[in-house]
Amino acid sequence: MAEKHLLEIKNLTIHYQTDYGTVHAVEGFNLEVGNGETLGLVGETGAGKTTTAFGIMQLLPEPAGKVVAGEIYFRGENLLGKSKTEMKKILGKQIAMIFQDPMTSLNPVMTVGAQIEEMIKLHEPGTKEEIKEKAKKMLEVVGIPAVRQDEYPHQFSGGMKQRVVIAIALSCNPMLLIADEPTTALDVTIQAQVLDLMKKLKDDFKTSMIMITHDLGVVAEICDKVAIMYGGKVVEYATKESLYTKPYHPYTVGLFNSIPDLDSEQDRLNVIDGLPPDPTDMPSGCSFHPRCPHKMPICSQKSPSKVVVGSEHHVYCYLYEQEGAL
Amino acid sequence: MLKYFARRILMLIPVILGVAFIVFFLLYITPGDPARIILGDQATEESVLQLREEMGLNDPFFVRFGKYAYNLVVNQDVGKSYVTKRPVWDEIMTVFPATLKLAGSSILLALLIGIPIGIISAIKQYSIFDNVTMLFALIGISMPVFWLGLLLILLFSVKLGWLPSSGYTTLNAMILPAVALGAQSIAIITRMTRSSMLEVIRMDYIRMARSKGQDENKVVFKHALGNALIPIITIAGLQFGRLLGGAVLTESIFSIPGIGRLMVESIKMRDFPVVQGGVLFVAISFSLVNLLVDLLYAYVDPRIKSQYK
Repeated sequence: MAEKHLLEIKNLTIHYQTDYGTVHAVEGFNLEVGNGETLGLVGETGAGKTTTAFGIMQLLPEPAGKVVAGEIYFRGENLLGKSKTEMKKILGKQIAMIFQDPMTSLNPVMTVGAQIEEMIKLHEPGTKEEIKEKAKKMLEVVGIPAVRQDEYPHQFSGGMKQRVVIAIALSCNPMLLIADEPTTALDVTIQAQVLDLMKKLKDDFKTSMIMITHDLGVVAEICDKVAIMYGGKVVEYATKESLYTKPYHPYTVGLFNSIPDLDSEQDRLNVIDGLPPDPTDMPSGCSFHPRCPHKMPICSQKSPSKVVVGSEHHVYCYLYEQEGAL
Repeated sequence: MLKYFARRILMLIPVILGVAFIVFFLLYITPGDPARIILGDQATEESVLQLREEMGLNDPFFVRFGKYAYNLVVNQDVGKSYVTKRPVWDEIMTVFPATLKLAGSSILLALLIGIPIGIISAIKQYSIFDNVTMLFALIGISMPVFWLGLLLILLFSVKLGWLPSSGYTTLNAMILPAVALGAQSIAIITRMTRSSMLEVIRMDYIRMARSKGQDENKVVFKHALGNALIPIITIAGLQFGRLLGGAVLTESIFSIPGIGRLMVESIKMRDFPVVQGGVLFVAISFSLVNLLVDLLYAYVDPRIKSQYK
């Protein structure tokens, strides 16, 4: 396996076993992330974004969640073949994660300083003073006065907590940062602050990032590449510019259409008809076909394969397969 | 924190007076004449009447309670036993060590067994271990102590002859009573630990700790248990308070002279001062255990600590 990409996911399939049947959370998922690149993973709730992230980190809820098939190559090595001990050395040090809800992702009975120190202690051991110094520095980096290190999470606001989480995630200078909707739980002004901070730190630390979001505005703000996810699969992948110039997949087009236009007078918002698929009972063929305005007979029979529609832009849709590369 | 502590201690005074009043009233309406019981059936009516007068039993209720409350608050005196004529305080202190020993060993047993088993059960939810544990916990909660006590004596004292069936002075003698009395507490603490851990272990900060590459043992004991302690402490405190109140049945089965037995004997003899003193003592112990639990809350959870001002 050539070390072309920092992260390469092939045909990843993750199922949850529940009382209501098997949930096909992620199904035949393919993705690459290059060095220093920021990829936006976009999709609606239930598309399998977070599950993909947990799959990479191997933090799926046990015993319900299971990687059924696929490979996850990180720096050329398949993470799924690694033992728990080997993974522990990678987690935090090489791949770190920022969770969606800062209110619940910090341990309420530990000081924020101790929670940053914990990460440093695990991967970059040193004397107590060195570790403490480093933790203080990380707090300053995310814009929190170092004197607050002995305070507890409940003494911080939501935005501040997310800064602490970011400080923890970046404290060992990971190569890949997975940010799972880091701004969703914050209000809009704080969102902008946190995004700016992440953008700056990503450049400072030269970290690759997977930014999981359902907000196309966030993508435009911070990402280089975008992968649109629907029903557990990537349906379109492109550079940000290419995607925002010309989206191909009917789902992506629908997403862009549903962004309200400030200039036009509209009583109702544009929506994509129908509902996201039931993950215990995925539609056959292309999982978007029940909602697709351009549905063809073949769509419900077979999953579409990858169609390259431009440099670094491909889409999984029969519309373009027939016409050939545009 | 100190201020909070002082306030809680002061709040004990109304609790004590309230308990004193309720017990005094209940004993007042209890049928049975202490003077008659002391003197026996053969005594003449005159001598009983005379003794009643001497004991102040003929005074109106509020006069009697007033005298009692005055002595209680001003002299910290709870009176003398009608039967033995010894101060009630001495009577209680004679039996309290046995009760404390029994309650202490039971709760210790419950914590040492209940918490680890509860943790393992939670981590391995729905495993065979978990199912078997929960079955035993159910049995433990449902089994009456007098029956379990008798079964234990039958097996370990009578059949096997390993352990003595009564007494409380040696460690060996304490094992059976502590197990019999503690069985329910073990079961309750196991279940509480399990459910509290189950709740915590799904939290984001646990996943966050794992995402740091932290050792699973540290994740469980440092991150999860640290957050799961509050309900465990609460229930353990309640159990300990209950045990300190004396376990009449256990004490009777294993012939341990504890507070429970003292009070039952005193009620039978209409030895009102001892009953009142005993109930007061139990109420105060219970309140103190509660206070201790509240202080422990602050120790394990900084969010609670910040509210104690």
